[in-house]
Amino acid sequence: MTDLASTDAAATGLTLAETDDSTARLHRNLFIAIAVALVIAPFVAYPVFVMKVLCFALFALAFNLLLGYGGLLSFGHAAYFGMASYVSAYTAKNWGLTPELAILFGTAVGAVLGLVFGALAIRRQGIYFAMITLALAQMVFFFSLQTPRFTGGEDGIQAVPRGKFLGLVSLADDRALYWLVAAIFMGGLLLIYRVIHSPFGQVCKAIRDNEPRAISLGYRANQYKLMVFVLSATLAGLAGATKAIVFQLASLTDVYWTMSGEVVLMTLVGGLGTVFGPIVGAIVIVAMQNYLATLGAWVTVVQGVIFVLCVLLFREGIVGVIAKAIKKPL
Amino acid sequence: MFELLGVPPQALFGQVLLGLINGSFYAILSLGLAVIFGLLNIINFTHGAQYMMGAFVAWMCLNYLGLNYWAALLLAPIIVGATGVAVERLLLKRIAHLDHLYGLLLTFGLALIIQGVFRNQYGSSGLPYAIPPQLTGGQNLGFMFLPNYRAWVIVASLVVCLGTWFLIEKTKLGAYLRAATENPTLTQAFGINVPLLVTLTYGFGVALAAFAGVLAAPIYSVNPNMGGDLIIVVFAVVVIGGMGSIMGAIITGFSLGLIEGLTKVFYPEGAATVIFVIMVLVLLVKPAGLFGRTA
Repeated sequence: MTDLASTDAAATGLTLAETDDSTARLHRNLFIAIAVALVIAPFVAYPVFVMKVLCFALFALAFNLLLGYGGLLSFGHAAYFGMASYVSAYTAKNWGLTPELAILFGTAVGAVLGLVFGALAIRRQGIYFAMITLALAQMVFFFSLQTPRFTGGEDGIQAVPRGKFLGLVSLADDRALYWLVAAIFMGGLLLIYRVIHSPFGQVCKAIRDNEPRAISLGYRANQYKLMVFVLSATLAGLAGATKAIVFQLASLTDVYWTMSGEVVLMTLVGGLGTVFGPIVGAIVIVAMQNYLATLGAWVTVVQGVIFVLCVLLFREGIVGVIAKAIKKPL
Repeated sequence: MFELLGVPPQALFGQVLLGLINGSFYAILSLGLAVIFGLLNIINFTHGAQYMMGAFVAWMCLNYLGLNYWAALLLAPIIVGATGVAVERLLLKRIAHLDHLYGLLLTFGLALIIQGVFRNQYGSSGLPYAIPPQLTGGQNLGFMFLPNYRAWVIVASLVVCLGTWFLIEKTKLGAYLRAATENPTLTQAFGINVPLLVTLTYGFGVALAAFAGVLAAPIYSVNPNMGGDLIIVVFAVVVIGGMGSIMGAIITGFSLGLIEGLTKVFYPEGAATVIFVIMVLVLLVKPAGLFGRTA
């Protein structure tokens, strides 16, 4: 089974294994630039908009970890994002948990769900893997639809209190909450960067590129696949749980298959298998949804057109094209 | 009035019938997916949207052209199949050499476009489509009332499914198709026009979906969203059955519809998820699917 990202990496002649000193310097500078941008952003843009971008960027980063570096196309990432969002909203509202505990709780549920679904889905490969993850996520959607006592049904869980961070600092103000979200995003990004460049990440890439070979070298491919799956689901859960606190809302939209499609689209637009691509993709797609909101149902059509164009003409994505131009992996 | 397992027979057989009808749609749709996957190596995510298009073409035939159900039953698969041929020639052909996951992404995008356009044009509330006058009414079988149209749907689907099976397994054209599925390069070397076969296969798979859409129009209203959720259930059906066998797809489709119908009687809350639960069980016991060859 050849995989999506590896064919692209081969086409651009770039793999992250080739990271040399100048690339490491470039990446360090990019991280500094991102940190500076995070500090400036709430003063130049509407904080809630920036927080929305950050939540979806983290979600796309988590998805890309699985597809770009594990070679596994999950079409059901909405399940972990949405379920974590429900749990975080429910515990913050009904149990009165502080926001950081609610987010942690939601993330943990995302991880457990990822462990169960991942163990099932890795029993098949390629196209079947995508269909199984999609079907399992749809099961979560129906579960959410049918348990209104937990999820609020069609209304969702509304008016989730933002509460006080560690019971001390009120997060009701957007600016205050922003720093928490920015810290979560930066933590997630650094973790993913570390994972990709760790020995574990190298083995995952080896399995992605040639599974039989990796197995013949003595690696337990399924264990690695499951681990990267759980990690991805956990981070997707973290993004969803944070999103619930930011918008004070968890709804069926978060667990529906269109959400799984959106995260695929963000990653595709930004650049599959690039470290920074999903962030750019999330900015583009969230901004587009914001500015095109007046178009109503046409947004779906626009998203579909972008999907088709990306697959036909623009498979490297924005960051992939830049990486090719400067001949350095990003 | 007697009772079976504490359930009135009217309710029981009514749900069994509805289950068989859903099963017919699962069977036709998973059959189309399997045929397309066999030759093109892509999972056609647009299948649900094409099923919806079939229902809409039937509705348009009636309301714009005044053509009745029977004409639509013939025309809709041809028209929608022709759009499928165009999609294959213009889009899918260009990515045939790539990893087949790109095919999934491309057809997903297409499904979003088609569903979005129809939703803008016709809204989400659904349009009524009357049962053809020849098939209104029903038979009293003593233990239950059998509406004629529902009986017709099951018979028509069975005929189409078995006809497809015959076409692929027993005819010369089917032999070409099976040969091209097994080894396209060698088949082409024997002088068979494989690219044409690929195009026609995609068109045929799409036409099957449209046929199911026309059958569904009088039962469920004609709705732009009718295919979106259905296709995911059909994916689960395909995972359960495996795509290796045509007859396997037919049997799996009908039996899962039946099981879903029975679940609606005995445990209504589980009806929406029972097929996914069965998928989980099959993955645990026989990961390749009930009729599947190991991938």
